[in-house]
Amino acid sequence: MALIKNGAFVEDHFQTVADDAALPENGTIVSLARFQTERESLLARNAPLGVRLQSSQSPEVLGDDVHRLSVIVLEFPKFRDGRAFSWARMLRTRLGFKGEIRATGPFLYDQLAFMARTGFDAFEVRESFTEAEFARAMGEMTYVYQPSADGRPTIRDLRARAHT
Amino acid sequence: MYRYDEFDARFVAERVAQFRYQVERRLSGELTEDEFKPLRLMNGLYLQLHAYMLRIAVPYGTLAPKQLRMLAHIARKYDKGYGHFTTRQNIQFNWIKLVDVPDTLADLATVEMHAIQTSGNCIRNVTADHFAGAAEDEIEDPRILSEIVRQWSSLHPEFSFLPRKFKIAVSGSEHDRAAVKFHDVGIEIIRNDKGETGYRVYAGGGMGRTPYIGHVVGDFVAKKDILAFLEAVMRVYNQSGRRDNIYKARIKILVNALGADEMRRQVMREFEEIKASGTLDVPAEEVANIARYFAPPAFEASSDDVPEYDTARASNAAFRAWTETNISRHRAPGYAIATISLKPIGGVPGDATHEQLDALADLLDAYGMGELRVSHEQNLVLPHVRKKDLPAIFAKLEALGLATPNAGLVTDIIACPGLDYCDLANARSIPIAQRISERFADLDRQHNIGELKIKISGCINACGHHHAGHIGVLGVDKKGVEYYQLQLGGSGAEDASIGEILGPAFGEHEIVDAVEGVIDVYLERRESDERFLDTVRRLGIDPFKERAYAGWAFHI
Repeated sequence: MALIKNGAFVEDHFQTVADDAALPENGTIVSLARFQTERESLLARNAPLGVRLQSSQSPEVLGDDVHRLSVIVLEFPKFRDGRAFSWARMLRTRLGFKGEIRATGPFLYDQLAFMARTGFDAFEVRESFTEAEFARAMGEMTYVYQPSADGRPTIRDLRARAHT
Repeated sequence: MYRYDEFDARFVAERVAQFRYQVERRLSGELTEDEFKPLRLMNGLYLQLHAYMLRIAVPYGTLAPKQLRMLAHIARKYDKGYGHFTTRQNIQFNWIKLVDVPDTLADLATVEMHAIQTSGNCIRNVTADHFAGAAEDEIEDPRILSEIVRQWSSLHPEFSFLPRKFKIAVSGSEHDRAAVKFHDVGIEIIRNDKGETGYRVYAGGGMGRTPYIGHVVGDFVAKKDILAFLEAVMRVYNQSGRRDNIYKARIKILVNALGADEMRRQVMREFEEIKASGTLDVPAEEVANIARYFAPPAFEASSDDVPEYDTARASNAAFRAWTETNISRHRAPGYAIATISLKPIGGVPGDATHEQLDALADLLDAYGMGELRVSHEQNLVLPHVRKKDLPAIFAKLEALGLATPNAGLVTDIIACPGLDYCDLANARSIPIAQRISERFADLDRQHNIGELKIKISGCINACGHHHAGHIGVLGVDKKGVEYYQLQLGGSGAEDASIGEILGPAFGEHEIVDAVEGVIDVYLERRESDERFLDTVRRLGIDPFKERAYAGWAFHI
């Protein structure tokens, strides 16, 4: 797997660890269950921390802890499961999360633009994927009708500007 | 009617290009059929029994002459010369080739049409009262809100992969012609004590294998807040709707599992947050801008007494019969609403040929009528006709085979495509509709029976709305043989109800007799001017059951 962030391939500084595995020195991503049982010690470590949520797990359970996390990974167990779109949006607009929201799972090229709109900024993609493909996905639709977590001006905003 | 501006036009054009790329990747094998399926469905493309079917949106059922001509062109160029109007104000073409679909969509875009979200687990084409802007009892034209909702829901980034499909309907009148209580979300435009208009919002209605009538989740949503409210409903559904079982994934199952009160509580929580952010406010100027597109045509000052019309009625029995059922009162004196039946006796409900579509466009032009409507009952509507033009219009419709005088009568049957086309179906619907229509072909008999809505579905998915039929027929499969269940007492109107199943299913050759039997019971037992539905409600289903199963070798 390769990681695209803000449109470009980046090195992944985080390691996802199993619930019973030892923690690495640096960036670590743990499950929600492990985060909840080892919360104190995980937050006390002097290393960036991420939590990985299944699509049935609302990020709301993290509460204010989101501000102490560097990464939240949202799973797409299948591409048809669209809950993570709502979780990403919630993280950005309700919980005010400023860190990385990373998508993982068998999602489709055709969902990338929706993901970016709802607040994802990092994507685990297959090795053969290219930055050009990513850019193409972002550019397919110039205009959007509805506001989301990206703060992009909507067609209504543009119409209002055109009239003034 | 609504006209695209530069933003809408570019949006639709880019959506066509996006789909063209998806088709290319499917044809090259880069996308598997499993991956392509949700993408093609979101553009209205189904794979049916024999071919691909393309479902084109007719937003809130309004069509201009140039759009009719384009549909005729598509029928000729890409299909077998005809299209099929559906129960959701869409038109379907049943014989489309995958490689042709991007070009078909590009052709449609030139007349401001598309197939966006006519299928798939997303917010579907918004439907509205087909008498919008013409009905006497209208509070406000429902197309204004429908267009606002259409824009908001188009490629919504958060709600394009919902647990299941999501259908929204809007009614602007006291008399509900849009079946709002049978939709995932139904919106009724209402007026409060202070004279302000707002919206009553229902959620969780639906048909399918578990029919429900929607619950009120918003008593009076202010106009400015409606998108915030809808977004709140969608958010609760996207987060909590079931995804483990396709048959339990619609919002109706969630609403009934949570209970209406808990659903309202969750919706209100989201609603308050979205409202506070202000991002989804619908400014009054925006409503006014969109409302201008739907301003009624300039009606000529006229008396409602039109001598030409009365003379024609007196001298032409066929015209008189047509006016008795197919003409509805218009709000402007001297005008009428005319229903064009797509239910010729023995014909396929909802089908129209390319010649008919072209000729209807010419008819609209010739009589200065800018638009045609598609009804969810699979008929077409001329919303603003001068009464003095009706005799000539009737003559033209007669020549086109479009003057069947049966709107609202027993032969005005709704039927889904059924096993003749659909790979979900268990049984054929169209031939049953044809046989019933032929059995009741006699016009005097139809008038004697009066208002009667027969609705036929070829499977439990209920595209033919059988649950809401005064008489509902449901096709089922028993060991490879087609059988038909009969149900009575449903209604999709403001007095919404779900029909009750009569008993064991009938064979293909028994179902028409059974329908005739229950109608005979009505004719024998009705009181004064009771409709069939009223008699069923008063008597209950037992007397009908006895007749339908008379001679069956078991005790019911």
